[in-house]
Amino acid sequence: MADAAIEVEGLTKDYPYGFLQLKKKRSLDALTMQVQTGEVFGFLGPNGAGKSTTIKLLMRLIFPTAGSARMLGKPINDIGMHRDIGYLPEQPYFYDYLTATELLDYFARFHDFSAGDRRERVARTLKKVGLADSARVQLRKFSKGMLQRVGLAQAILHDPELVVLDEPMSGLDPMGRREVRDIILELKKQGKTVLFSTHILSDAEMLCDRVGVIAGGKLQGVGAPSEIVGVKTHGMEILFELPGGGGNATAGVASGSALVAQATRTGDRYRLHVEESGLYAAIEQLRAASAKILSVSQVKPSLEEYFMHVVEADRKQAAAEAGEK
Amino acid sequence: MKRIGVVALNTFREAVRDRVLYSLVFFALAMMAAAIVVGSISIDIEQIVIVTLGLSAISIIGLLIAVFIGVGLVSKEIDKRTLYALLAKPLRRWEFLTGKFAGLVFTLAVNTAAMAVALFLALYYVKHSLGRADVAVLVAVYFILLKLALVVALAMLFSCFTTPLLAILFTGGLYVAGLFVHELRGLQSDEISLALATMLRWLSYLLPNFENFDVMGAAAHGRAIPGALIAQNTLYAALYCAIVLVVAAAIFSRRNLK
Repeated sequence: MADAAIEVEGLTKDYPYGFLQLKKKRSLDALTMQVQTGEVFGFLGPNGAGKSTTIKLLMRLIFPTAGSARMLGKPINDIGMHRDIGYLPEQPYFYDYLTATELLDYFARFHDFSAGDRRERVARTLKKVGLADSARVQLRKFSKGMLQRVGLAQAILHDPELVVLDEPMSGLDPMGRREVRDIILELKKQGKTVLFSTHILSDAEMLCDRVGVIAGGKLQGVGAPSEIVGVKTHGMEILFELPGGGGNATAGVASGSALVAQATRTGDRYRLHVEESGLYAAIEQLRAASAKILSVSQVKPSLEEYFMHVVEADRKQAAAEAGEK
Repeated sequence: MKRIGVVALNTFREAVRDRVLYSLVFFALAMMAAAIVVGSISIDIEQIVIVTLGLSAISIIGLLIAVFIGVGLVSKEIDKRTLYALLAKPLRRWEFLTGKFAGLVFTLAVNTAAMAVALFLALYYVKHSLGRADVAVLVAVYFILLKLALVVALAMLFSCFTTPLLAILFTGGLYVAGLFVHELRGLQSDEISLALATMLRWLSYLLPNFENFDVMGAAAHGRAIPGALIAQNTLYAALYCAIVLVVAAAIFSRRNLK
């Protein structure tokens, strides 16, 4: 088993509130998890679930009420470790009086790069995030999406071993999202570890080796996207076409096959959802109706369905606890 | 040390690109022009009027920058979240704080120096010469800079644990109190109770002594300022700033950045 790039043990964060700050709201509840070296780990959860709190705790922007964490085998208060870590904050904002080049050069100075190396890295990274043409533009003139790209650039500028991205797709158009996905995949190819939080489940499904779902400050599940939703299938789906494109065929075969009437039509194709036990009987009936079977596949719950189930369960539990009080 | 320098340099760059700073310099130049006008209609007291007005302008403008930008050094970075990406770099919080302090003090030094040049030009304009006695004006400008460094440290300290508005009020309040340190020390127990007099005397030693930095009268009249006072004030400002910064760093290092 690979070494853990991030190890979190019982991490808890309470925020005091009220006039005298005596009441406490638990934002993160005894989080324990690991992110393995070289994997892309997606941190999923609704707003206020504790994703950003976890990331801020790892970055020492806030301090835990209890628990501990290690990154790259070192305690998180080891400042030297930050040479090998890249971080993109949520909704990043940078010094707007600087140009993109100046900002990256400023950040690069905290690493011991020579002036020539800094120049080369800054130019290369800006090109990578699609900002080569805006390198000399002051950041106050940047759109939200461009700031997000600058944020990503400063996170990967120093070629870190571990990259932590808080909502990296936020504020990006489809092109930008695609570019960020490509950068994450490139980092993975280079053997880097990536932890990123997101709301966009399709991105998580596409990019992540493993995901962790958090709700109400508690980790609800960790695993590969295919594992986490469970192996139990929700029946079978048959994709088929009818002779003559199906225009009048549906009516013609309806008496012979009631199944066709149950199918969902998209263009010339039909999708039919049947129980696993009734699969062969359904295929026979469709063949009798002269249907051309294009594919048969298992229907599994999506990550989104799993996510919604977890969030809904957490809301019900929170409501029940509030009712008890 | 290098990382502190990097932060300081960026703080200076921010101040230079900040239009407020330029407008304050223009204000200073306007004050110098006013001094020349007043000086030209005064008889034999040109030096007193110009030095007094000039030093007052340098002090007031410097104080405005020290308090308002000093308070914003930390709070603005937190409010705008520019600090988040920065603290993920190999940079300790105390290094960030010290760099910010050094950057603003350097900015104030450049600004004060520019205003001092304008003051000396004004002096030369009315006197047609500059003498050894005018060194006192230079020392007075140096003392103003020391005072401003202390104010920046205090503004940063307060902005580490309270809101910008309260930090401005606390810094302003402490500055005013620091102007009356000798009065506090001189209160006799026959005027007030012994306990209160003792408490005020102790308080007077804790408060920053801004009175010692005021040598405007001596400078205006061309009286020499003793070297011992220069050494004493330099040491006092350096020690006081160091203590305030250590306390500020201790607070800031434990602060949750929400």
